[in-house]
Order: sequence, then C-alpha cells, then structure tokens
Amino acid sequence: MTKDDIRSAYLEELVRIAPDIDPGSVGDDDHIQDDLELDSMDILNFVTALHERFGIDIPEADYPRIATIRLGTALIAERMA
Amino acid sequence: MGVFAMPSLGADMEAGTLTEWLVKPGDRVARGDIVAVVETQKGAIEIEIFEEGTVSELTAEIGQKLPVGAPLAVVLGEGEAPPQAAPPSDSVPPPVATEPVPAPAAEAPPPPQPEPASRAAGSGPAASPAARVRARELGVDLSGVTGSGPGGAVTLADVEGASGRSPSVPPTRKAGFSTDEMRKAIAAAMARSKQTIPHFYVSETIDIQTATDWLASRNAERPPSGRLLLGALFVRAVALAASRVPVTNGTCVDGVHQPEGTVNVGVAIALRGGGLVAPAVVGAEGLSLEEIMSGMRDLVSRARAGRLRSSEMTAGTITVSSLGEGGAEAMSGVIFPPQVALVGIGSPRTRPWVVGDGISPRTVVTVTLSVDHRVCDGRQAAAFLQHFATLLSAPETL
Repeated sequence: MTKDDIRSAYLEELVRIAPDIDPGSVGDDDHIQDDLELDSMDILNFVTALHERFGIDIPEADYPRIATIRLGTALIAERMA
Repeated sequence: MGVFAMPSLGADMEAGTLTEWLVKPGDRVARGDIVAVVETQKGAIEIEIFEEGTVSELTAEIGQKLPVGAPLAVVLGEGEAPPQAAPPSDSVPPPVATEPVPAPAAEAPPPPQPEPASRAAGSGPAASPAARVRARELGVDLSGVTGSGPGGAVTLADVEGASGRSPSVPPTRKAGFSTDEMRKAIAAAMARSKQTIPHFYVSETIDIQTATDWLASRNAERPPSGRLLLGALFVRAVALAASRVPVTNGTCVDGVHQPEGTVNVGVAIALRGGGLVAPAVVGAEGLSLEEIMSGMRDLVSRARAGRLRSSEMTAGTITVSSLGEGGAEAMSGVIFPPQVALVGIGSPRTRPWVVGDGISPRTVVTVTLSVDHRVCDGRQAAAFLQHFATLLSAPETL
C-alpha cells in the first residue's frame, strides 16, 4: 500500500464518520479536532474505523498521532511496515 | 382507525417538510416502525409510528410542509374498513370533531393548529422529489431547468445536468439542516425556556482522577470498538443521580412537575457549522456503561448523518451538555423545555487539589446543575451533585 493509498483511505474513513465534511477541502495539516471539529466520540469512531481497516493498534496515547492527514498517514505506514 | 399526524419533535418545532415515505398503502405497521422522513429545522428526522395496523392511505405528499398535528396518513386497526369518504390528498382539511368518523385513538396526536394547512414546498416547475432534494444540495434553481420527465417535470438527471455535475457523483449525505433554520429553532426554544422556566444553578468542582485512571487502564486492554469515553460515565452517573433525586427528572407542564419512571438522558451534540441537537439515551438508569456508550455512539453517528428518530428527539427527561476537552471550565446551561434540569459539565482540568493532608495535581471537572425552581429546591439540587460526585468516585460500580 502506497502513501497515497493510505492517504485516500484515511480521508475516506474520515468522511464516513463525518459525512458533512467535504473531502476536497481537507488540508494535509488540518487538525481533526481543532479545524474539522470532530468531538471525542467522532475521534473514537474514527480510530475504530482505522483500526479495522488497517489492522493496526492505535492506543489512546497515540490519538494525537492521527490528528492530521500528514501525521496519520505516517503513523499508519509505520505501523503497517 | 387512527390518523397518523405530523408529530412535534420538540418544543421548538412548528412544522416539518415530508421528504420520504417508507411505507405505502396496504403495508402493515407496528409500534415503533419508521414510516417517513421529515425535514425539520434540526435536520432530517425519521418518524416512527405508535400504533399498529395497516396503512390505508397516505394523505400527505412528499415535499409538503405541514404544521405539527396535520394528518399524514390513515392507519386502520385490525378488521377496520377504510372510511367511506377519504379526505382529498391535496388540501388536507383538519379533521372536525363533528364528522361521522370514529374518534381518534387515545394516543392520537393533538388536532392540527388552526393555521392554513400547507402549500407544496417549492411551488413552481413540476419536479420529482429527488430532483428537488438534489437541486437544494447543488444550489440549482429549478425554474431555470428544462424538464425531460412526464409533462415536462424536472428529473434528477435534469438537475445534475444543469449543475454541470456528473450524475456518477454519488450524492453526499448531508445532515440536511440549514444553519439559519437551526438558529431559529434554538432561539425559539431557549427564549421560551428563559421566559417561562425560573432557573437556578448549583455547581461543584469534583475530583475525577479515580474515574480517568480507571478508564485509561480499562481502555488500554481493549480494541477501539470496546473503549469507553468519560462522557459515558457522566451520562450513567447523571441517570443514577436523577433516579435518586426524582424532582430533577421529567418535565414541567403548566407549572406542574410530571415525574418520569425512567431517566432518558438527552445528550447535547454540537453540529459542525453551528447548532446542536439533544437526542436521548432512553432508560439510561437501567443500562450498563457499555450499553450507554454504544447508545451514545449510535446517536452521534446518526446525528452526523441526519438520521435521528422522532422518539429520540422528544424522549429526554434531563439533558447533559458536556464541553469536552479543550472547552471552557464551566457552563450554566439553559434547560431544554419542557424538561426540568440540565447538567452542564465543564472541560476536565488538572488542578492542585487537597488530598488527605497534602496537595497533589488531580483531574477535576466543574459540574453545574441548572434546575427549574418551580419543581426543585436548592437542597435537592445539591443532593443531586453529591450523588453524582460519589458515583464517579467509584467508577467500577457504575
């Protein structure tokens, strides 16, 4: 899986959790909490979706590491390697 | 026979627009079935029916904006025959008590308000319901679209063609609410609350370190799908505290408290772009923490997708508004009428705290109970907070 594949999968799951977000408008450094206004339940749903899609472990302490597309893509690539 | 009418989905609702029928004449319906989707100021809501029988006629049409109480459909009970003269489907007259029709079932909603029934939303060119919805989403003016459907009606494909969007683009599921309409709904409900409910407030800052520690170690052993949020502990503790202090639970109608046997905790969910909804976790006092958590997950997901149900919108007997991480330290909230109490929970903070003889950094949260003074006094309100704090100090028993 390339970084581009991971990026688009990340975005796909994000929009599934928050269907009112326009995927085209999300920048690589937009923060899911501060910029995209996900609340704690949305974030847990998002982590659940990433866990199930990529089969990777994301403990609570690592939530900040999926907070943007750039950070999340890097973490997922690292965990899948 | 029952007349299925436009339900009131909250103190602030006057009318709704029928956007989808999920039943057709001849279908059997049971209590709790979702039969229609109505667009309100608070987004699209799935409407449940509370009687059993067979749908005899759909009297309201898709696209119609109808006041609360206006008839939507006729439902026949077991063995009942359809009425001899069915009401015309286009003008929806309010049922008059002197008409020789059987009395509505005991649970039938109130009669329609004496305002002009309705006009089809978006009068103008003929267009299919799907086309109207899509035109709204895309900002296309239907009057400027040439229709290719029967009688020149505008179809979905016409709208998509006119907008320059490829029909292959799947329609994004929007929450279906307009920010302006949502603001109006909130303004109406909150103004009514502050004008009619004599609020008073009691606050307490409580140490929740034990609860957050317990939660962290519990969640560390579980995959994300099995994790709990602090919010679920708050909702559970509110449900138990409200059942021990019943004057904080229920509604107040004409100045008289109507206690409730169950605690249905409305959960305030902020929507992106502004506004909020507060659907309820029903019977929360009898649910485990895990059940409350999954109920809250479900409510948040469906609030985002614009798929809340009518019963959830009106069932609340007390509301929790939790500011969450990054929020303000405390909030004195406005009671959601006709309820009698709202629990405002501030953002958790790390503060120096006296523990035993020493001072240590602890996670604390400020809880503010807003209550209706017509039904509850300070002593009872303080008891509620005391129960809440005690419950959170022993999270494993929640």
